[in-house]
Amino acid sequence: MTEQLFSGAEMVVKSLSALNVKYIFGYPGGSVLDIYDAIFQQDEIEHILVRHEQAATHMADGYARATGEVGVVLATSGPGATNCVTGIATAYMDSIPMVVLAGQVATSLIGNDAFQETDIVGCTRPIIKHSFNCRTLADIPDAIAKAFYIASTGRPGPVVVELPKDILIPQNTGTFSINTDVKMRSYNPNVKGHPKQIRKAVKTIKEAKRLVVYSGGGIVLSDASALLTELVETLKAPITNTLMGLGGISGTHDNFIGMLGMHGSLEANKSMANADVILALGARFDDRVTNNVEKFCPNATIIHVDIDPTSISKTINAHVPVVGLVDVVIQQILDELKASEFEPDEEALSQWWQQINLWRDMKSISYTQKPDEKIKPQRVVEAMYRITNGEAYIASDVGQHQMFAAQYYAFEKPRQWINSGGAGTMGFGLPAAMGAKLAFPDKHVICITGDGSIQMNIQELSTCMQYNLPVVIVALNNRSLGMVRQWQDMVYGGRHSSSYMESLPDFCKLAESYGHVGIQIDTLDELDSKLEQAFSIKNKLVFVDVLVDEKEHVYPMHIRTGAIDDMWLAKGVKA
Amino acid sequence: MRRILAILMENEPGSLSRIVGLFSQRAFNIESLTVAPTEDSSLSRMTIATKGDDKILEQIVKQVNKLIDVIKITDITDRSHLERELLLVKVAAMSDKSRTEVKRITDIFRGSIVDIGKQIYTVQLTGDAEKLNAFIETLKNETEIIEAVRSGTVGIARGEKALRI
Ligand SMILES: Cc1ncc(C[n+]2csc(CCOP(=O)(O)OP(=O)(O)O)c2C)c(N)n1
Repeated sequence: MTEQLFSGAEMVVKSLSALNVKYIFGYPGGSVLDIYDAIFQQDEIEHILVRHEQAATHMADGYARATGEVGVVLATSGPGATNCVTGIATAYMDSIPMVVLAGQVATSLIGNDAFQETDIVGCTRPIIKHSFNCRTLADIPDAIAKAFYIASTGRPGPVVVELPKDILIPQNTGTFSINTDVKMRSYNPNVKGHPKQIRKAVKTIKEAKRLVVYSGGGIVLSDASALLTELVETLKAPITNTLMGLGGISGTHDNFIGMLGMHGSLEANKSMANADVILALGARFDDRVTNNVEKFCPNATIIHVDIDPTSISKTINAHVPVVGLVDVVIQQILDELKASEFEPDEEALSQWWQQINLWRDMKSISYTQKPDEKIKPQRVVEAMYRITNGEAYIASDVGQHQMFAAQYYAFEKPRQWINSGGAGTMGFGLPAAMGAKLAFPDKHVICITGDGSIQMNIQELSTCMQYNLPVVIVALNNRSLGMVRQWQDMVYGGRHSSSYMESLPDFCKLAESYGHVGIQIDTLDELDSKLEQAFSIKNKLVFVDVLVDEKEHVYPMHIRTGAIDDMWLAKGVKA
Repeated sequence: MRRILAILMENEPGSLSRIVGLFSQRAFNIESLTVAPTEDSSLSRMTIATKGDDKILEQIVKQVNKLIDVIKITDITDRSHLERELLLVKVAAMSDKSRTEVKRITDIFRGSIVDIGKQIYTVQLTGDAEKLNAFIETLKNETEIIEAVRSGTVGIARGEKALRI
């Protein structure tokens, strides 16, 4: 029997199906047409045609965040590939597993400034975990298998695979085999924490009088939520999540003291500032958390658990560093606690919680809404929370609406909150929500957005129509780039330079023009009923355009260059 | 403080640019960088001379280690080690006097004259950076330097310790 031969394009598709890929998000073009032809001739993998490649990357990203699987993108060479850059950077900043298959001109043309040639591997080098330049069709299965392995293990991240046209064409064939059990001598991510460091960490925890658990995106990425909850309950400790870590523990858990950082709760930031031991789990001490690093928690002993050694002691010196997968390390800590017959120090705990409860009583996350006033954005998020039982997947864009969502929606579970934390990418929300909706068609999937952000990838309303993706878009429409305007109010003497959107479309009509449903909400008394109506529509995309008070600011807010607990509680009111 | 880092990595296209890119992207300074395949052609060995305090160096080492192609990196500065650099220098040698002087200095430094033209000598010298600097300074006092090229440092630890898979 003669061995079956395949083209490079067929090998791409066969490799992806060997890796159990269900969806590819992409956009065709000359150099990848052979792959599109190969996709057409099979039905294991579905291709989702976007309207802009940036959206493909965010969709793959949203899909990856919601499921924990690798998101896959396909783009043509040149402009197709460069359109992916923002999405790749976004995934890189938040450690999202993603593989981007980028077409390239034929190998004989590479380096000639050929039509639609760009060095995409060069362009993306600073924002990827790794990349592969395939040069023969035999390279393809191996490169794709390795790309998936690298993207999804250790600290996850995006990987680019460059595929020149001539290795894809049908005239050029070879035998196919793929080894999905990848081993690489140069890449062996650490999994377990060093036992000595674990003992040190546990000793430090046991001696603590004012412990705070501070957990980040790593908790979500490593699906460590149940273990985290067990740890927090064993220690009876307060826990705060970063913006990326929300849902890592239920937002309604008694020990949860809210998000920390720039727009975090006062109790979270105060607890951190007054802690004697901080147990940081899969969090990277981002400057949006620490505020001024010089003034960061001077009296705390810091235990820092992270899979990525470069995150440890990068900005804040860790006294007890532990390199390992967060879920594995938490299990190790729990085991060590058990082995040493740990008993919580009830007296210290009660004093600590008394103090924390005093901060809690200040209700830093609150707002006032009078019946005759314009709708407050916070009120909208609260209503969304109530209607969806706290169980929706919420993809957010970037701005005030993002912070209101983080503050007022108590996420029940990890992966529910899909947000561009590290890069802060406007235009992320809608495509990310679409990725999540594809993964979980039966769940409420919401894109919470602003009038600025939604316009950065609004063309995807068309994709939603084509694939019937009934997400609910809730735009907190303040007729301005709210977060920019807030900074201009606070830092730039109220000079609103280019923060207006003076020519907004009628979002409802726009949505309707694609065949979706548009609902506008203008007054407070119609808010609840119209939102309920929007969420009751299951088979169509609904664009809810809520006209909110444009003057509202997000509070609390760090006082710039201050300590972590130097905060504005309201206009002109310091904590 | 000056540091010598030794790196063992996959000999793959793009490996070098990833390392160089990482240095510029993170605003780490490279003083010199040398790289070539090892006796095993699937591996490359790189020596980087750089400057930085302990905190910066710790980040450099961790960041380089994080690159997928990198197998090992060590800082050999504080350990007993050998450092060598190659210098080729073209000097004016027009008069008998300057020719004799160049020859004399080269002998003292244990270099060798590797090319002779009507009016130039090209001298080769290996040694650590300090020795090369001293040589250039001495030559400058005697004649004009027309062109000089240095390879950058290569380094290896003394004794049993080896950077290998
Ligand atoms: C691609 C991109 N460009 C610019 C910014 C800077 N930026 C951050 S928030 C913001 C305003 C967002 O406005 P909008 O989407 O209307 O949300 P709002 O703050 O009004 O809720 C801008 C311009 C960004 N984060 N991303």
